[in-house]
Amino acid sequence: MSVLVVIECDHGDVKKSSLEVATYGAKVAAQLGTTATAVAVGEASAANLAKLGEQGISKVLHDADSRLKHFVNLAYVKLIAAAARQESAQVIVLANSNIGATVGSRLAVRLSASLATNVVELPTISGGAFSVKRGVYSGKAFAEVSLTGERKIIAVKKNSLEAETAAGKTAEVVSFSASLSDADFADAPKEVKMASTEGGTLLPEADKVVSGGRGMKGPENWHLIEDLAKALGAATACSKPVSDVDWRPHHEHVGQTGITVSPNLYIACGISGAIQHLAGVNSSKVIVVINKDPEAPFFKAADYGIVGDVFEILPKLTAAVKALG
Amino acid sequence: MKFLVCISNVPDTTTKITFTPDGKEFNKAGVQFVINPWDEYALTRAIELKEAAGSGTVTVLNVGEADAEPNIRKALAIGADDAIRVNAFPKDAFFVAQQIAHVAKEGGYDVILMGKESIDFNGFQVHGMVGELLGIPTIAPAMKLDMSGNTATLEREIEGGKEVVQVAAPFVASCQQPMCEPRIPNMRGIMTARTKPLKVVEATSQEARTSVASFALPPAKQGVKLFTADQAADLVKALRTEAKVL
Repeated sequence: MSVLVVIECDHGDVKKSSLEVATYGAKVAAQLGTTATAVAVGEASAANLAKLGEQGISKVLHDADSRLKHFVNLAYVKLIAAAARQESAQVIVLANSNIGATVGSRLAVRLSASLATNVVELPTISGGAFSVKRGVYSGKAFAEVSLTGERKIIAVKKNSLEAETAAGKTAEVVSFSASLSDADFADAPKEVKMASTEGGTLLPEADKVVSGGRGMKGPENWHLIEDLAKALGAATACSKPVSDVDWRPHHEHVGQTGITVSPNLYIACGISGAIQHLAGVNSSKVIVVINKDPEAPFFKAADYGIVGDVFEILPKLTAAVKALG
Repeated sequence: MKFLVCISNVPDTTTKITFTPDGKEFNKAGVQFVINPWDEYALTRAIELKEAAGSGTVTVLNVGEADAEPNIRKALAIGADDAIRVNAFPKDAFFVAQQIAHVAKEGGYDVILMGKESIDFNGFQVHGMVGELLGIPTIAPAMKLDMSGNTATLEREIEGGKEVVQVAAPFVASCQQPMCEPRIPNMRGIMTARTKPLKVVEATSQEARTSVASFALPPAKQGVKLFTADQAADLVKALRTEAKVL
């Protein structure tokens, strides 16, 4: 019996969300009185994988097959299933990412496991009962879900817990082969196009987000959002009306039918705060709202606010952030 | 090409979510139910692809109770040819996936489409499970879907970018924007939908692997702390020293 965590890597680095997953997995292992092993997917480097010891991982399985560099659903599933069988994994933990959740749903069938996605806290384990808290109704509520199967798969929402860093501890990196054949790469991508973030931060992985709504009046004013985001090291986002009229790309749309984010800081500029938008952001730790309308519903969901003109306030905020150093 | 489009019946996006006092169930009173917004992309794209090919059928499938029928009729009014309802409360993702896989296999469908997730349970699970149960690929979440004969070209969203994937039918895809502009029913569609076939079948398996013990609402915010435009620097200071996020 053990806990298996799935670590997503990119250009040799372990993704931030996967450091959280490693921490989560190590804590579940401690709850169960066992150890946590990791299996790496994507473009991984052995040196960075060894550092997963800092999150409490004892061993990392690494299949160096270069075809695994990009996401291939069937191949990843086969690799993780083989690792789970070898390690007799009772609990498998992945990131609630497009990769993690996609792979998790297939694994749940293949391994006859109970699956919970969008999980926001460590599980409650007592006797034979095992339950997790997960986000439902698009961020408007939570559900406590019992996982009744022998084996459990948990996809952890980003920013749900802080990654631990016990300096100096290293994990043993062991080479591993799932003996993948060409058939396992039937759904391999023909082409991978990464969005240009111009040195900025990717929205789904971001700690801080600066978001603009219709109050920004037009795409030509977005430099004000971008300047503040750059000063903060934040990602940029937008409301649905903004992406609907193509001021900004769809992948920046935050809300019930866009993406849900849970950064430490969310700054909303010229967004009134429709219930569908709030659903996408209300698990953010701190929300700052800037709006000229004091009656804007967003102020009710905010921690801090400024009632006033975004065009006057944004440059002032940017300057104040730069002055902080 | 035979398309199977799976739809969920969910609370409208503007719904204020509440639960029964014991926290065990969603409070349906006064709530308007709609076709899951993500599923609308799947439905419209299936109809567009059928029209472009000049042949084929679009079948709508819902796993749910009788109160979902108005929205199943709406899907028929938008342009689906017929509908199947598996008469069961959708207990969990695995339960629903088994029903879909059974219907898909029996009916010999080539392309199985659905939204990337339902806006009530936000599982992002059913499409992957259906693919695995049928032993065919799942592409999730897909932002673009084109068909040429038996071959589909899709764009799958990954964190920070997208992948272009080509697969041969049969396959499963879960859909999201900007795949198409979801259609709304027109008068003629509404008239013809009344006589289109809607078959009700019973569940093929009862197995579920998870169960909801209770629901809870997020804790209320403490109240907003307001600053004036001239106090921008004070706000930034508060974010560092008080909120500790900078």
